[in-house]
Amino acid sequence: MSVLVYIDQSEGSIKKASLEAASYANETAKKLGTTSTAVVIGSTNDKLESLGNYGIKKVYHFDNQELNSFNSTSYSKVIQEIAQQENAEVIVFSNNTSGKAIAPALSVFLKAGLVTGAVALPDTSNGFVVKKSVFSGKAFANIKIQSSQKIISVNPNSFGIHSSDGQAEVVSVKTLQTSAGIEITGTHKITGDVPLSEADVVVSGGRGLKGPENWGLVTELAEVLGAATACSRPVADIHWRPHHEHVGQTGLAIAPNLYIAIGISGAIQHLAGVNRSKTIVVINKDPEAPFFKAADYGIVGDAFEVVPKIIESIKKLKSA
Amino acid sequence: MKILVCISKTPDTTAKIAFADNNTKFAGDGVQWIINPYDEWYALVRAIELKEADPSTVIHLINVGGADSEPIIRKALALGGDEAIRVNSESNDSYFVAAQIAEIAKSGSYDLILTGKETIDYNGSSIGAMVAAFLEKPFVSHSVKLNIDSNNAMITREIEGGEESCKIALPLVLSCQKGMAEQRIPNMKGIMGARTKPLKVVEPIAGEELTSVVAFDLPPAKAGVKLVSPDQPEELVRLLHEEAKAI
Ligand SMILES: Cc1cc2nc3c(=O)[nH]c(=O)nc-3n(C[C@H](O)[C@H](O)[C@H](O)COP(=O)(O)OP(=O)(O)OC[C@H]3O[C@@H](n4cnc5c(N)ncnc54)[C@H](O)[C@@H]3O)c2cc1C
Ligand SMILES: Nc1ncnc2c1ncn2[C@@H]1O[C@H](COP(=O)(O)O)[C@@H](O)[C@H]1O
Repeated sequence: MSVLVYIDQSEGSIKKASLEAASYANETAKKLGTTSTAVVIGSTNDKLESLGNYGIKKVYHFDNQELNSFNSTSYSKVIQEIAQQENAEVIVFSNNTSGKAIAPALSVFLKAGLVTGAVALPDTSNGFVVKKSVFSGKAFANIKIQSSQKIISVNPNSFGIHSSDGQAEVVSVKTLQTSAGIEITGTHKITGDVPLSEADVVVSGGRGLKGPENWGLVTELAEVLGAATACSRPVADIHWRPHHEHVGQTGLAIAPNLYIAIGISGAIQHLAGVNRSKTIVVINKDPEAPFFKAADYGIVGDAFEVVPKIIESIKKLKSA
Repeated sequence: MKILVCISKTPDTTAKIAFADNNTKFAGDGVQWIINPYDEWYALVRAIELKEADPSTVIHLINVGGADSEPIIRKALALGGDEAIRVNSESNDSYFVAAQIAEIAKSGSYDLILTGKETIDYNGSSIGAMVAAFLEKPFVSHSVKLNIDSNNAMITREIEGGEESCKIALPLVLSCQKGMAEQRIPNMKGIMGARTKPLKVVEPIAGEELTSVVAFDLPPAKAGVKLVSPDQPEELVRLLHEEAKAI
């Protein structure tokens, strides 16, 4: 018996969200009095022994060449194989795009109850109950999993990374489960930027910025903070910014440490995607903007005057 | 081509989120119910566009839900679905719901099964992948573009940190999100026509529920915003650094 965690990687490097899933798996294992084991699929540049730093005892590395491009069906078959072999009681994923494609398939293959979007460790005091985010971050549901095997996917940035010292034992394996059926014809990586779903700090702009020519304010502030950039839906709809930056109910839901909203009114559908952020800062010239009700800090003022001063002030702080 | 579009019913995006019966149920009284936006705007509208390009295409809708789902099913028919099936069950367990959809899908021999990326109430983002697993068919999640070229689907999907284009032979299951299509409003002809389109109600097959809701809770209220004067942005930076420890 063990707790199994799927470690997702992108172009050979392990994702931050996966380290969080590893930490979650390890804490769950401790609660259940067992240890945590990781599964990595595809070639990787990272030293997998280092997963020991997040409490992982053993890593199964499926390094078949054919598995280098992501395929949720073959990936879930591989994980099924190892979950059965290990008799895993709990299998943990990150609730990111890969986890969302694999975990539900695994749930069917193993007939294991699934909770996606977990925000806390399972409560085992009365059955096995997992707290998850629902209504786009506006509420939580405590869900009981009735099956003997259980699958949990953890919302990025909700549990944190817990590191310790240790080395994991790495076992290299080949699998026969490589059924493809999907021919990849092109990949387009959004490079150079901090990926929005994983960013600690996000600077976001709305229609209040008047036009794409003014986005320097957002990108420059993001740059001094090492932040990712985001935007409200109308901004993406009118093509001031790319679609993948759109956050909210119908866009990406994020939970950074710090979310800075500039010229965004704070409509309920926008809040649905950002209300899990730890600290929210709102800069808006309208004191009645609804966003102030959801904010921790705010400046009522003209973004074109305020933001350049904030940038200067942060530069000063960083160089101090 | 035969397309099955999975339609779920969710509270309107502006609905007040509150719970009843000792926090075990969503307080739905007075709430306006809509088709889950991902299902309507992206999955269904893209299916309709494919039908417009190839009028021999047939679009079936499926909903697993109670009789109170019928208004949203009629709306989906008004937008352009040809017929609908409602599996009469109010289960919220994804495994159970997906098993029902897979059962209907098996008998309908569909070339494409489209779902939304997730429901905006339970945020499960699971049904599409589960249906594909039940059917042992390929699954592509988070699709932002879909074109059909004879027997193949050309898809662009979101992956971690980017996008990927791929080609897959039909049949397959696809979850849809922004980029696939644009929101539409049903016209009068559609609304009138929807009244007489077939809406078949079937009872669920026996199946297991693997999860159940114990209770809901609401996040703690925010303490209230701390306003900083626009003349003192350095004060904001100080607070973020020293108090919030966010920078
Ligand atoms: C079903 C549905 C789903 C939706 N999903 C989403 C979603 O996922 N994400 C999303 O963002 N929206 C979504 N919306 C749209 C949402 O309702 C709002 O219309 C949208 O968020 C408004 O964007 P905005 O704040 O950028 O623009 P506006 O509402 O136009 O607000 C602009 C703000 O900028 C301020 N401003 C103007 N000039 C300045 C200045 N010089 N300095 C500082 N502030 C200034 C104004 O006071 C105002 O508050 C959805 C709507 C529906 C119906
Ligand atoms: N009860 C249901 N009936 C029909 N389709 C559903 C139902 N629930 C979810 N779906 C479909 O599955 C998608 C993902 O839902 P979920 O996994 O619940 O977030 C939705 O966008 C719908 O397309």
